[in-house]
Amino acid sequence: MPLPPFQRLVDAYWRDVARLAHALMGGDEGDDVAQQAWTQAYAAYPSVRSSANLRAWLLTITHRCAMDAHRARRRRPTPVDDGPLHASAARTPAAAADATLPDALLWRRVVALPDRQRDAVLLRYVADLEHRDIARALGTTATATRRLVSDGLATLRRDLT
Amino acid sequence: MTSELIDRLRAYPPTGHPPSFATADVAYAVHDTALGRMLLARKGSGPLVASVFVTDSTVEDRTLDRLASAVSPRVVRIPEALDDVRRRLDDYLAGGRRVLGVELDWALASPWQRVVLGALARRVPYGARTTYGQLAAWAGRPRAARAVGAALGANPLCVLVPCHRVVAARGALTGYAGGLAAKALLLDLEARAA
Repeated sequence: MPLPPFQRLVDAYWRDVARLAHALMGGDEGDDVAQQAWTQAYAAYPSVRSSANLRAWLLTITHRCAMDAHRARRRRPTPVDDGPLHASAARTPAAAADATLPDALLWRRVVALPDRQRDAVLLRYVADLEHRDIARALGTTATATRRLVSDGLATLRRDLT
Repeated sequence: MTSELIDRLRAYPPTGHPPSFATADVAYAVHDTALGRMLLARKGSGPLVASVFVTDSTVEDRTLDRLASAVSPRVVRIPEALDDVRRRLDDYLAGGRRVLGVELDWALASPWQRVVLGALARRVPYGARTTYGQLAAWAGRPRAARAVGAALGANPLCVLVPCHRVVAARGALTGYAGGLAAKALLLDLEARAA
């Protein structure tokens, strides 16, 4: 199967990429990460070998761009007037939950999850990816992915009761 | 409990906006003209590679598929990249210019189409008309009027390569990809200006 015109991917999946980018970034910088993901996807597109599962391919790139953004954010010096609260939050990839979200309590808890549990939970339920695709994005096995997701859910369930 | 939690996770709200691209291997726009809706595509900021009438949604999909396989899969809708071409086309259709002055690319044309459409573009100027038989003779296959009709019917560069100037031997307008009304409008425009 030949690759479809790139615009068809944009039309079909820009909402999915934007939601995942925002969720992974805790709302902050989500737009930048989504745009970076599309720019990288555009650059890599001609060398894609199979047109099967282009959605998972795009969302994996989105995840990688979010990780890069977190890494860059950690390298940036924290402005002094942001105070200690911001500095400690910067340890976790998603520095803060978007307070404007409905269900803000839940998303604060998601942000507080250990990095890999949070990524696994978001890739599973916000991005709606299969375990084997999540495993590829996280560089692990499908079995380990299932465990990350169920551990993440267990932590959230405990925190929310 | 878990399923309720999963539903809440799945309910992360819609957000963001579509990505923007400054350029692409193939940039296209869908443009409403005096003749109807048209899809215009160019190679990056280079020559025009498609100008077709979008008479229904399948035409747009099929044209984008053909561009993806014949030129590059990096086909992106970037209306601004076609601003200059759109302005020229609008101007042309309003009678404000006789030459579009847009460089053309034949990537979507078959070898036979290149012969037929090439002869048409070279030999039939603004305001003139020709016939399928005459075009077949110019193409070196005088008895191939029907094959000429097929080549014109699938013209990937409508208006710019003037297949509207080809009429039946007795002068009837016959078919046109953009509809007979569009063909009549183009010929009237040229007759008035000539």
